[in-house]
Amino acid sequence: MAAPQSTLLDARAIERTLRRMADEIIELNEGTDDLVIVGIQRRGVQLAARIVSNIFDRETVKVHSGALDITLYRDDLQTVGPRPVVGPTVIPVDVEGKRVVIVDDVLYTGRTIRAALDELADFGRPKRIALAVLVDRGGRELPIQPDVVGKVVAVPNGYRVDVLVRELDERDAVVLAPSGAGS
Amino acid sequence: MTRVLLRGGRVVDPSQRLDSVSDVLIADGRIEACGPRIGNDASAPDIQTIDCKGLVVSPGFIDVHCHLREPGREDVETIASGARAAAAGGFTAICAMPNTDPVTDNQAAVGFIIRQASLANAARVYPIGAVSVRQRGESLAEFGEMVAAGAVAVSDDGKPVASAHLMRTALEYARTFGIPVADHCEEPTLAHGGTMNEGIVSARLGLKGIPSEAEEIMAIRDILLARRTGGHVHLCHMSTRGSVELIRWGKDRGINVTAEVCPHHISLTEESIGNYDTNAKMNPPLRTQDDVDALRDAVRDGTIDVIATDHAPHHYDEKEREFADAPNGIVGFETALAVNITWLVKSGIIDVPTLVEKMSTAPAKIFHLPGGTLRKGGVGDVTVFDPVAERVIDPKRFLTKGRNTPYGGRTLAGLVHYTIVGGRIVHKMTG
Amino acid sequence: MTIGLGKDLLGLETLSREQIQLILDTAEPFKEISERAIKKVPTLRGATIVNLFFEASTRTRVSFEFAEKRLSADAVNVAASGSSVAKGETLVDTARNLEAMRIDMVVIRHGASGAARFLADRIDSTVINAGDGMHEHPTQGLLDMLTLRDRFKKLDGLKVCVCGDVLHSRVARSNIWGLTKMGAEVAVCGPRSLLPNAIAEMGVTVFDRIEAAIEWADALNVLRLQLERMQAGYIPSLREYNRVFGVTRERLERAPKEVLILHPGPMNRGVEIDSDVADGPFSVILDQVTNGVAVRMAVLYLLSGGKAELAEAAKGGA
Repeated sequence: MAAPQSTLLDARAIERTLRRMADEIIELNEGTDDLVIVGIQRRGVQLAARIVSNIFDRETVKVHSGALDITLYRDDLQTVGPRPVVGPTVIPVDVEGKRVVIVDDVLYTGRTIRAALDELADFGRPKRIALAVLVDRGGRELPIQPDVVGKVVAVPNGYRVDVLVRELDERDAVVLAPSGAGS
Repeated sequence: MTRVLLRGGRVVDPSQRLDSVSDVLIADGRIEACGPRIGNDASAPDIQTIDCKGLVVSPGFIDVHCHLREPGREDVETIASGARAAAAGGFTAICAMPNTDPVTDNQAAVGFIIRQASLANAARVYPIGAVSVRQRGESLAEFGEMVAAGAVAVSDDGKPVASAHLMRTALEYARTFGIPVADHCEEPTLAHGGTMNEGIVSARLGLKGIPSEAEEIMAIRDILLARRTGGHVHLCHMSTRGSVELIRWGKDRGINVTAEVCPHHISLTEESIGNYDTNAKMNPPLRTQDDVDALRDAVRDGTIDVIATDHAPHHYDEKEREFADAPNGIVGFETALAVNITWLVKSGIIDVPTLVEKMSTAPAKIFHLPGGTLRKGGVGDVTVFDPVAERVIDPKRFLTKGRNTPYGGRTLAGLVHYTIVGGRIVHKMTG
Repeated sequence: MTIGLGKDLLGLETLSREQIQLILDTAEPFKEISERAIKKVPTLRGATIVNLFFEASTRTRVSFEFAEKRLSADAVNVAASGSSVAKGETLVDTARNLEAMRIDMVVIRHGASGAARFLADRIDSTVINAGDGMHEHPTQGLLDMLTLRDRFKKLDGLKVCVCGDVLHSRVARSNIWGLTKMGAEVAVCGPRSLLPNAIAEMGVTVFDRIEAAIEWADALNVLRLQLERMQAGYIPSLREYNRVFGVTRERLERAPKEVLILHPGPMNRGVEIDSDVADGPFSVILDQVTNGVAVRMAVLYLLSGGKAELAEAAKGGA
């Protein structure tokens, strides 16, 4: 029996949200100078690519982008069981002195972002690091806050929020589903 | 003196072609009578009666090849502990190889072993003297004096007699005393550095192998020298199909060659080494199933004359090492009967009388030892065993000081109930 | 489905295709870390790893050390000498003493085949075989496969010939097991006195002449020929070995296609391989070294714990 899911954002809504987020990033940065958009594996990477594209539509500037896999920096590696697969990390520019915007799909406890900050620090010292997330579901365990948010979602007990992207999941959607209904 | 009456057992004596339910009476250390219903004097006070119903009563087992570590390594085995372990295995007599420390290459050393054995009061121990002084393979040891002191054969076992010339002169010289020269067949340059059989398993495990030819080359050499000299060569622990074929060739031509096989070589293959298990490491090594099959056939058709244990205890620490560094050898006294019954008798390759022939009658005959028969007047050396009952092999319960066996934990058939030497019960099954 | 590697890495013969695939795939992202300015990730921070080397080996030991340090582990080198028999403390005692100091992993190189398994069966720490006697050298086999895969994009159907003293070579054995598991066609080439007698049963083709091997192969893995072999009567001379079996530029030029050249090192230039081949355009010998660190990082990462039963407690949280 299929688990009851509800769609919080459909493809069009995501598109609009990402346009707004791109605008906010440009505004926050006062332009596109020194901007580097870094997506977190996995779905943050796809969202980052779309934001880069949206920024280009607005400003006709193709800002630099990169991808970050934070598996090796996780603080819970000892407990997650058989080793999670490590994805590629690609930072094609020197981040020294740059304005980096980290992009992720869902912000929850904040530990992934903490790992991302640690990893970025090993690449250099950006002038500024900002955080843009499509969904903020609250439940922080660390003092980490987003600068740009797509949608704030309250997730009831026993549920989880998932972001689907067409490049990996055949469609774009933000869905609420019971946890334990597959990851 | 007590007389012993073994009553109602299946008496198997190949020397008299006997195999029937019968009684055996032992008196004054000798076989007094052997026949149905001897027990008329059953009430006589000096007779100890043992009910042997369902058991086999045979002349005592004789092991012509074993290693007792005294003198030199008493921490690993003494003549006493070995003799008692042998008795537990049903052996009434064993022949101890001379590769002790110091080597048994003179009359004093032979006498020492005889004396220690008499104190042990268990199985009889016959010393085998060295072929060469210090087993160095250079000059002959004093066969005459050693035999006068009690040696029953000569051997450099542990090592081959590498020099063909020395082997020849040994065979010729031994003729004077009527003793066999027992050779450990191993061509040293081919076998050098090898730790297991050469084949696909050694290739996989990355261990240097000993090719079968290392044994076969020396076997045929010894057979030809026996032909030339008229001496008696006894080939120790044969392990390959090729060796068996060469022995047949020799016997067909009337050459005085006898051969022994060990229980492990008719039951296990090189696969038993598994992941570098040193309890499966011995020399000659375990070989292939084809070799095992050939050896079993050879036991059946008489090409192989005797089964001997090559009992070789080692200290736990010495075997608890990287495979290449661990010493060769496994213990054998207390597993021999069970292994032979499980792999030869139970599988139908030979019957119980043939087994007794290989473990008792033939060893006595070949090495000119008392025993091997239940004829009247013969020594009162008898083994009583159950050829069917099964038990799990537990090395911790061995009487030998060694625990190095590959059979630990296996369920095997064949259990010794009594071992009687010179009319005295030197072992009785417990538990 | 997550595939585990078990407690230890002792050889490639006992690994499945999926497990080998996992290690090779995991090595990919680790390559990138060695290209960063800060060549470190915190993944194994606080882990204690002992490099227990009974045989001198700068190359492998340093490679493991880099891998350990780049994962932020604490690496301790112990250069032990000789075998249990000769030099005093037994292998078991050495290991137990180390274990009593609460180490997480042991990387062992030893002259006796089976030494890694011997150790792994007796201590609870993870054991990684860095070469045991003539038996296996799994991380070398893995880095060789990674290097081949980088160039050819696949291993299935690839024709790889291992050249030289296969009889005494743990690298050869690991290559044979690993490559055949991954679907490659494996051959060997060398004088018969240096090939195991049972070689045909190992699933490989045998070439008696190097020219035939070169004509057939996509890649050659050229093994180091040791001086001792000549002294022990396996071959007459190094000179003749080079003349008959040497991988030379002339021989490679006569090949119908480009043949990739690998060598586990250290090289005997002018014996099994000529300098202009080792330094030439088809040589990937230096790539092997680079990949070695990545592969070893992947192995350390995959073996470094993570207990399945705790996975339940760690669900969720981004």
